[in-house]
Amino acid sequence: MDVRLTAEDGYQAERSYSIASAPEESRLSLTVEQLKDGEVSPYLSEELRSGDKLELRGPIGGYFVWDVSLGGPLLLVAGGSGIVPLMAMLRHRDAVLGAADVERHRLPARLLYSSRGWDEVIYRDELARLAERDTALEVRHTLTRDQPQGWNGFRRRIDRMMLEEVAWPPSEQPQVFVCGPTPLVEAVAQALVELGHQPARIKTERFGPTGGSV
Amino acid sequence: MKRVSNVVDEPSVTGDRFADALRVDGNAAAGILSELFVPDLTSARAKCAGCGTTRTIGALLVYAHGMGTVVRCPGCDRVVLRVARTPTHVWLDATGATSIVISRNSN
Repeated sequence: MDVRLTAEDGYQAERSYSIASAPEESRLSLTVEQLKDGEVSPYLSEELRSGDKLELRGPIGGYFVWDVSLGGPLLLVAGGSGIVPLMAMLRHRDAVLGAADVERHRLPARLLYSSRGWDEVIYRDELARLAERDTALEVRHTLTRDQPQGWNGFRRRIDRMMLEEVAWPPSEQPQVFVCGPTPLVEAVAQALVELGHQPARIKTERFGPTGGSV
Repeated sequence: MKRVSNVVDEPSVTGDRFADALRVDGNAAAGILSELFVPDLTSARAKCAGCGTTRTIGALLVYAHGMGTVVRCPGCDRVVLRVARTPTHVWLDATGATSIVISRNSN
């Protein structure tokens, strides 16, 4: 979605945000990461009030999209706010697949999610809930800057070795979606290709250098 | 022997540090392209006038800034589409695309 804000003096700022909600949900939801020196994100995260009006354009962009009809297995790799469009996919998968294990295992999903610290993990609790009740969904975190006491998970940037451990073997032909800051996305895409995954099955959404809309 | 264009959709990676900072994916151009095209252009396939490779526009590289948006071929770096906005017009230079193919089933 494109969001446009117009100030009283006519100044306009426009930003693109990935849709966080699944198509099945009744309301559209966008998740905005607040950037300290941002022009738009501080306004959206702190000033905006219920009832305020925004100009929206969309939904647009059918390339970085997945729905259950495209099948799986589904491999999602996210860095920071790159989790947003991938969350929409997981919410959609959860909404559409029945509760039966059998059905869910026909379309298994794995998420590898890189964040700086545990407090910065977006949708942290929701991801835990989804994974808890779905044996066909695996969520793996890597915390690159600080880790809580007793942390057993990964504690480094996503690299080829980590992907080799988490991803399905190329023979499974997963649908892969990678989203986040440009350097992360490119490193992950390259590593997956080196591991033997088909390039045509890897879709990327680079967010740019900082990883988020300003 | 007739040369057949290859259809490629692989994710692209380059080692240019400066370009790193500005480079995003084709879907970042979806908004501005929607001001020119009714169907979603990021799902369309474009043939690069430079190297002849056909790719989904969502898989091309986008360099967007205040003046406009440049869409480049990840294989040969040639500009495929150039879009600029003025207060009164939207400009499109599509000379870098030999052809653009949109599925009639896409909405």
